Amino acid sequence: MPEIRVTPLGAGQDVGRSCILVSIGGKNIMLDCGMHMGYNDDRRFPDFSYITQNGRLTEFLDCVIISHFHLDHCGALPYMSEMVGYDGPIYMTHPTKAICPILLEDFRKITVDKKGETNFFTSQMIKDCMKKVVPLNLHQTVQVDEELEIKAYYAGHVLGAAMVQIKVGSESVVYTGDYNMTPDRHLGAAWIDKCRPDLLISESTYATTIRDSKRCRERDFLKKVHETVERGGKVLIPVFALGRAQELCILLETFWERMNLKAPIYFSTGLTEKANHYYKLFITWTNQKIRKTFVQRNMFEFKHIKAFDRSYADNPGPMVVFATPGMLHAGQSLLIFKKWAGNEKNMVIMPGYCVQGTVGHKILNGQKKLEMEGRATLDVKLQVEYMSFSAHADAKGIMQLIRMAEPRNMLLVHGEAKKMEFLKDKIEQEFSISCYMPANGETTSIVTNPSVPVDISLNLLKREMALGGPLPDAKRPRTMHGTLIMKDDSLRLVSPEQALKELGLSEHQLRFTCRVLLHDPHSDTDTLGRIYTHLKSVLKSYSIQHVSDGTVIVESIVIKVTSSAEEPNLKVILLSWSYQDEELGSFLSTLLKKGLPS
Amino acid sequence: MAAHLKKRVYEEFSKVSQVTLEEVPAKKLRLTKPSKSAALHIDLCKASSPTDALQHLLNFARKPVEAESVEGVVRILLEHYYKESDNSVRLKIASLLGLLSKTQGFSPDCVVDDAINTLNSEKSNQVLAQLLDTLLIIGSQLPDKIAVIQRLIDVACKHLSSTYFGVRNKCLQLLGCLGTVDKPLSKETDTGPGAQTSPVRDVQSVISDFFQDQDPRVRTAAIKAMLQLHERGMKIQQTIYNQACKLLSDDYEQVRSAAVQMVWVLSQLYPESIVPIPSSNEEIRLVDDSFGKICHMVSDGSWVVRVQAAKLLGSMHQVSPHFLEQTLDKKLMSDLRRKRTAHERAKELYASGEFSSGRRWADDAPKEKVDTSGVNLIDSGACGAFVHGLEDEMYEVRISAVEALCSLAQSSPSFAEKCLDFLVDMFNDEIEEVRLQSIHVLRQISTHITLREDQLDTVLAVLEDSSRDIREALHELLCYTNVSTKDCIQLALVELLKNLTKYPTDRNSVWKCLKFLGARHPTLVLPIVPELLSTHPYFDTPEPDMDDPAYIAVLVLVFNAAKSCPTMPALFSDHTFRHYAYLRDSLSHLVPHLRLPGRKQTAGSGLEVSGVGSGSLESAQNFLQDSLIRVSALHNLETPGAQDLLEFTIRDLQRLGELQTELAGSADFCATYLHCQLLLTKALQEKLWTMAVPLCLKQNAKVSTAARQILDETYKLEFLYSGLETQQIATIHNVRLQAKALQLILTARSKQGVDRVLGVCEKFLQDVESFQRLFMIELPHFQDSFVEKLLELMPRLTACKPLDLVKILQTTLRQSRFIHLKLPEQIHRASATIIEPTGESDNPLKFTSGLVVALDIDATLEHVQDPQTTVKVQVLYPDGQSHIIHPKPGDFRTPGPGRVRLITQVYLSHSAWTEACQIEVRLLLAYSSSSSKQSVSKPAWNESMDGLPSSESCIEGTIHLSKPVKVFIMPKPTRR
Repeated sequence: MPEIRVTPLGAGQDVGRSCILVSIGGKNIMLDCGMHMGYNDDRRFPDFSYITQNGRLTEFLDCVIISHFHLDHCGALPYMSEMVGYDGPIYMTHPTKAICPILLEDFRKITVDKKGETNFFTSQMIKDCMKKVVPLNLHQTVQVDEELEIKAYYAGHVLGAAMVQIKVGSESVVYTGDYNMTPDRHLGAAWIDKCRPDLLISESTYATTIRDSKRCRERDFLKKVHETVERGGKVLIPVFALGRAQELCILLETFWERMNLKAPIYFSTGLTEKANHYYKLFITWTNQKIRKTFVQRNMFEFKHIKAFDRSYADNPGPMVVFATPGMLHAGQSLLIFKKWAGNEKNMVIMPGYCVQGTVGHKILNGQKKLEMEGRATLDVKLQVEYMSFSAHADAKGIMQLIRMAEPRNMLLVHGEAKKMEFLKDKIEQEFSISCYMPANGETTSIVTNPSVPVDISLNLLKREMALGGPLPDAKRPRTMHGTLIMKDDSLRLVSPEQALKELGLSEHQLRFTCRVLLHDPHSDTDTLGRIYTHLKSVLKSYSIQHVSDGTVIVESIVIKVTSSAEEPNLKVILLSWSYQDEELGSFLSTLLKKGLPS
Repeated sequence: MAAHLKKRVYEEFSKVSQVTLEEVPAKKLRLTKPSKSAALHIDLCKASSPTDALQHLLNFARKPVEAESVEGVVRILLEHYYKESDNSVRLKIASLLGLLSKTQGFSPDCVVDDAINTLNSEKSNQVLAQLLDTLLIIGSQLPDKIAVIQRLIDVACKHLSSTYFGVRNKCLQLLGCLGTVDKPLSKETDTGPGAQTSPVRDVQSVISDFFQDQDPRVRTAAIKAMLQLHERGMKIQQTIYNQACKLLSDDYEQVRSAAVQMVWVLSQLYPESIVPIPSSNEEIRLVDDSFGKICHMVSDGSWVVRVQAAKLLGSMHQVSPHFLEQTLDKKLMSDLRRKRTAHERAKELYASGEFSSGRRWADDAPKEKVDTSGVNLIDSGACGAFVHGLEDEMYEVRISAVEALCSLAQSSPSFAEKCLDFLVDMFNDEIEEVRLQSIHVLRQISTHITLREDQLDTVLAVLEDSSRDIREALHELLCYTNVSTKDCIQLALVELLKNLTKYPTDRNSVWKCLKFLGARHPTLVLPIVPELLSTHPYFDTPEPDMDDPAYIAVLVLVFNAAKSCPTMPALFSDHTFRHYAYLRDSLSHLVPHLRLPGRKQTAGSGLEVSGVGSGSLESAQNFLQDSLIRVSALHNLETPGAQDLLEFTIRDLQRLGELQTELAGSADFCATYLHCQLLLTKALQEKLWTMAVPLCLKQNAKVSTAARQILDETYKLEFLYSGLETQQIATIHNVRLQAKALQLILTARSKQGVDRVLGVCEKFLQDVESFQRLFMIELPHFQDSFVEKLLELMPRLTACKPLDLVKILQTTLRQSRFIHLKLPEQIHRASATIIEPTGESDNPLKFTSGLVVALDIDATLEHVQDPQTTVKVQVLYPDGQSHIIHPKPGDFRTPGPGRVRLITQVYLSHSAWTEACQIEVRLLLAYSSSSSKQSVSKPAWNESMDGLPSSESCIEGTIHLSKPVKVFIMPKPTRR
């Protein structure tokens, strides 16, 4: 039986370094190629030696697909393509292609320049890697090769995030990447048609959460920020440069405008400015409101939000600062956090998910003393708030997507094992489809039942139609006669005559002959005459001919009468019919065996 | 029955008269008829190629064909149809046949046979589909011919087995439009059950067979046909409910969209029938089941379906409250722990007496552990449908969800209470339309609810919105809102004052809002009065500035609260009383009358006014009736005292209108009508009738102005007042005819030559005709009137010469009785006031000549019907140039019933002036007599519609609707 095999190299029962290998219809595809935030050693990249111990990956992979530009989905890409070696096509959407290199460059800078790591990919490698990228458009079917085709769907989550449908023949897999089923201030909701894939690989970050309405969330967030600013506190919002950052910026920007607030809002500089530029460009990937109003004013041209300088952190008075990275594990956000942590007037709002091991995760769990590098400890006095602003689908959203796509099997990645377990049960219970949740390196195979397309010749079809009832009933199968020709990887169903002609074969006739002994006192010709009249009376709707050379022909059946030499009264009736008329022939033989009516 | 017969008789009568009138044009038609069809025939014969023929047909289709020649044309087309081998030409012919059968006054039964015959020989599927379409048109033209319909249905059933989807579509459409669900029972028993052929058995089951068709277009058509059956009043059986529900999960959006409607229709038809829940042996009401299913569609993949589902939910009022409340329910969960929603938390905080939320960390921390097996992630029921709908990506869906919430909340107070939080949340939507809509909705359900402080806080935050519409809608909402505590009042006042300083143009609206707020919550205002007026028990505080809008706002609030709270004035300081007197005078619409202790003079005059105010409405009505009766006692206006009485009555009525605003419409209406009568009588009494023609020129001028004035007044009477009944309109028309007759006589007398008078006479006769057509039913009320006499004389009038006609008219005019007005129940006079520009500015609006300047206009319209089409803005320049500007339909807003707000911009431009000058801006009410209410309310089947083309008798004009406002402008010459 054909099967689809899925092996997560990362993100199997885990969040971070998404990298999933899929083998479908003889094609090998790598879905995402990310890095892990929580590790600084070899574990941060997927283990590509699983694919091959030595040498390049090109011959083992048909294509690589990147769902969106977050580093945990694309961070290992230059490493894989340039350092391990891969020259095949890499697919991603246009915004992803534009923004991804900025993030990679930033990532490289932090690791190499700040932490002083060696043996890391270089800027040139990022450039070389991006040259291998083939851009995708939404709902555009791209033929990777003759059999493998991929198609991108809108996924919400961040600008340019896509879900991908991979199709070989009639087998298909949908990989969601990260997606969001509730629209927000700058992005729409994920959408997929009823494509009924054999397997749906979905993220499950919020497998056990059902979130409150986004309006309450937004209002809470604004209220918290507003109150802190009003009593002179500083608000730190650690974000990843792209994605939630823009969402919160739009939210705060409109709020500031409406409430006419004066406190400054800063955005840590550098890549953000570049990224905002791309947000302005890719308006078509945003939500209805922004798409409709950008003619008057592009929402990403912020009026109240200015670039941040490191010296501003010590300025007195209230301010709101967006700083990267989002999990407080390094960089500017951590620096600012250290500065502000001591003052209880200040506030840090964690707008997204925090991986275990990061500072963000620790403070969210209520840790009041943090150990920093060099054995120093840091007292956390400022308020820590958590607002679930990450644009992942919650449990209901995941179920909704399943309902939209109607997959035959389900596979969960990008989540914690315990939570997945719960969702897995729910899915199996409510959709009665099987659901898998492989760990990293564990292979899941899903048996598929692909339909085999066969070309049927039009003539044959028409002939069948003419025979049958008024309309083919879609519900009921119908049998038909034909010849199946398998030639040059194609299957065709044609009429026997045409098959013979095409294959250059001559037709063989199969005839059955049978003798029936009959006691009849009449002469041969008389007997024949009597048979003729008898048959005529029994088989009314058939053409029966009495030919002058002493035979009766019923359709294609020939009947002859000879008398035996020994006994004149014993007549031998010869019946001969072709294979096609088997039914009629056997009927006639039994009929004649019963004798003629006197 | 008798009434119906009478109607018919009248109709026939009117028909007869039409024929006599139409004879002249009919002759013309006969002349052109052969040439027209013949031309087509020749054209088609000459056509060398199919494209040529097609071109001819296309050209032919552009011209209208008269009812008489339709049949001939149809024959020719059919003839060519049989000859034609090209599919596209045959298709066009088939579509033309349909078009022609729609011609007014042509009965298509004669072509039915031919059309059906063509069907039998047709091979091309497209043409077949078009032919069926044609049959559908023919069939719908002949709703009474049961035999024809039956034949058409048979044909449709036969072609249902076609392999082409278009043909099946059309067949289903035809069945839907013409089929009947069950043949009359009597017939079936007569012929016996076996005699009925199977195709006719039941259209519904035939159609429902196609719910499972392989082509989604056919499935859609099948559902649509079923819906069509329902629309035509056929009873749809409940049996298709399950099938329809299955179609809700179809792959194609148009199918799902139609299926949602189908399910909804069934839920309305059989709300109480019981359906089983699959996978359990419970049963629920059908309406609840379908409600759950439609709720499910609110999270459909296609937004079209979502919009439809959300809309339909709003009309399912029979659903059980339990299901209804589920729609707002969404069980929250965080890491498998049950979490309370922000709404629940806010409510609890409020209940525990602590107001500000969000300062405490982790107050939304998940509490109890959720039983994993009990969590149902994908609810098949109604759970959270509105939560989803209100969060949808497309604002169209959100708006329909808000509307649906509104409609459901209006019928269920408990639901209104529940959905409040969600509506308040919608005030922060990113799209203005949605915000506006949710504010409107909250206003509509505000009778059911009381706002909590935290909710009010969210509501008031919107006051800072930069959009004027939003703010005004919010003011409107606050007018109707109930709040729970005095802090709420204070909060609202503070926010409104903030609004006032930020947007000074909102002054009027804010004041009005505070007026209602005060009047609604006197007891809540009372404790905070000293604070509001900043009075002090021992010290005198400085007197506030009387011109400060904010201070006026506070006073408006306090005074209105004081109206129903007699203890309040004791808290006022001296200057407050002074300010009261001033405001009562200057802003009397905002400040009510108060009984102030120790204020003799104001109290005295106040009592008087209030005395009139309280019992007044009834007495005023009586007065109005009395004066009308008094006038109606007059039979002959030419008696000496009669005219004086009329004059006095007119004066009385006018004064009454000023005093009693409720009756202003009626009083004005009567006064104007009587004025018309008075003018008419005076005109008829002039001596000119006895004078010789050349001598009467001077008198003539006087009478002709009177006639014109009467005409103008009648138009005002007809179009400016709403709530008129047919009888009153007929009366007005009667007066108008009299005025026209007067004009006719004057023309006849002053002008020489019969030719000129001839045209006027014909016009007049047409007017009489149209009167008869329009007001046939009202005629019995017009005994002895001018019109009645005219109609009696009608046969003579049409035959006689113009001069005789004039003579007849003259005598009839003088003999005819004056018709008394019967006062209708509710008459409102349309009126408009321009709020902006105020006309007080001394600074001219400067602009470069030749370019345009935009002038903002803000006006309120009251009791104007269909303002989008009728209200225009007129700009009058000093040089006499006048421009009429049509405002965009979007510029009209409806803040309340009967009231319309026009906020628009008009563009001014002129060549350079040497100095600034004033232009006049005013609103006009455009009318056209053809679009008068009469023709609208006419029954659709009335056959007199196809008689005279209505444009002939249509008179277009404008009535001044508002006082003109002067605007100072200064076009400067261009500088080079």
